[in-house]
Amino acid sequence: MKTFSYVNATNEKEAVAALSPSTRDGHGDALAAARSGHQPSKVPIAGGMDLLGLMKDYIVSPDRVVSIKGLDQTIASGDGGLRIGAAVKIADLAEHAAARKMYPALVTAAEGVGTPQIRNMGTVGGNIMQRPRCWYFRNEEFNCLKKGGSRCFAVDGENQFHAIFGDGPCHIVHPSSLAVPVIAYGGRFRVAGPNGAREIDAGEFFQMPNANLYGENVLQPNEIVTHVILPAPGQRSASYEVRFKQSHDWPLAAASVNLVMSGSTVKSARIVMGAVAPIPWRVQAAERMLAGKTITEGVATDVANAAVAGARPMTGNQYKIQIARTAVKRAVLAAGRA
Amino acid sequence: MARKKIDESRRDFLKTVGVVASASASLTIAPEARARQALATLGPGEVPVTLTINGRRHQLNVEPRVTLLDAMRTRLEITGQKRVCDRGACGACTVIIEGRTYYSCSMLAIEAQGKNIRTVDGLANGSTLHPVQQAFCDNDGLMCGFCTPGFVMATVALLEKNPNPTPEQAKRALDGNLCRCGTNIGVLKAALAVKGGARG
Repeated sequence: MKTFSYVNATNEKEAVAALSPSTRDGHGDALAAARSGHQPSKVPIAGGMDLLGLMKDYIVSPDRVVSIKGLDQTIASGDGGLRIGAAVKIADLAEHAAARKMYPALVTAAEGVGTPQIRNMGTVGGNIMQRPRCWYFRNEEFNCLKKGGSRCFAVDGENQFHAIFGDGPCHIVHPSSLAVPVIAYGGRFRVAGPNGAREIDAGEFFQMPNANLYGENVLQPNEIVTHVILPAPGQRSASYEVRFKQSHDWPLAAASVNLVMSGSTVKSARIVMGAVAPIPWRVQAAERMLAGKTITEGVATDVANAAVAGARPMTGNQYKIQIARTAVKRAVLAAGRA
Repeated sequence: MARKKIDESRRDFLKTVGVVASASASLTIAPEARARQALATLGPGEVPVTLTINGRRHQLNVEPRVTLLDAMRTRLEITGQKRVCDRGACGACTVIIEGRTYYSCSMLAIEAQGKNIRTVDGLANGSTLHPVQQAFCDNDGLMCGFCTPGFVMATVALLEKNPNPTPEQAKRALDGNLCRCGTNIGVLKAALAVKGGARG
């Protein structure tokens, strides 16, 4: 990996200052660079699981790395929900008693992330900010669309793990397992930047390639996610992942379901699919179908069919439609039993 | 070329130190600007790093980009943990930090300071193997040996947290490590053989 200087930020202000363009960088710097396909010259590091891999493969080669692992690492209760520090380790989230009780869909997803070592090192914020796993993006030899090149190699190439929704022009699937249940729970991200802090609805945080080709979300290079804020959950919720390997893998398709109940009837639902599109893929048509229903096998099947109705697979990933359908159906049934 | 780079960074470092002194002397400076200036920028050349490995303190100079694994293996001759994939995918570099397993290939040495790092090198007592090491020998838990130090550390971490794991718990705790020779069954037998036994 390329050499870089290292700054250990002990609070948000320091982190934002250290990530901001300095006068020596000249005008434009990070913002302009990020919009032109060049990676920012200053990047934050928390667990480092994703970033160090990117740097070793020369996908990202910053001049400065700013440690933000010292920022808030606590999980606090508030407003009927939880406020999770972005620097909380995934293992700590998975073991947190209140999180386990309140947000089973999130905890299931956290338990499925990577391996024990990755969960011990990786942070909640890092999982949300994780870069795509697309093998063309991760390979230095392929100057793909996302890296400022002129084509997406997945279109005519090996695309068995790529998107079945979204229609490109970049066909990644979003790699975050935690973002899927966070959106299902109606969570928000607290973001710190040069103008202070703001909160962004998790459902509006992620961006499709036609809105932001070189990044996956609305965050500017000198902004950091500091907290995940979850409102009170619905009475029932669950996640279901289908994977190629039981460990050390990203799901082929996943689904998180959060249900507000009125007795045994669903009052309102949120259904979000993961690993099927460049962003966590919320399916409101399927959500509406659940309202007013009691969950049965037949209802879950109909909802799952509706969830994948708009899928447009590539040459080698048609099979993912059935897998996504199964993930939704099983997540709905699991939430119904919860 | 490399020489020049290091010299430049030393100059940067000296400049940074100067800025810290002047920032603390000036009270009129804006808070954000002061925060930016007061932050110590380390590197990109070598910086002093202190690592505590197997209870011993080691002082060395490494660039910020050097991983804990490379610092141990190439600077400190602590070669128990192996460098295989170098991407946090195989587990051969697994160390124990504060009771938990970490991939030392995916952690910067500069960020491992102030932590108690344990490697396979520190397990045996003289010529007496640690019970987990002995169990690996007794249960055919290794062939070529490259994955073994990582598996041993993951097993030690598991048993220190949960002395009597079920086979399911042991499988799950060890699933961040790969063995391409296929000794996984032996490894699992070894992990369960020390069940409830004296350790360490």
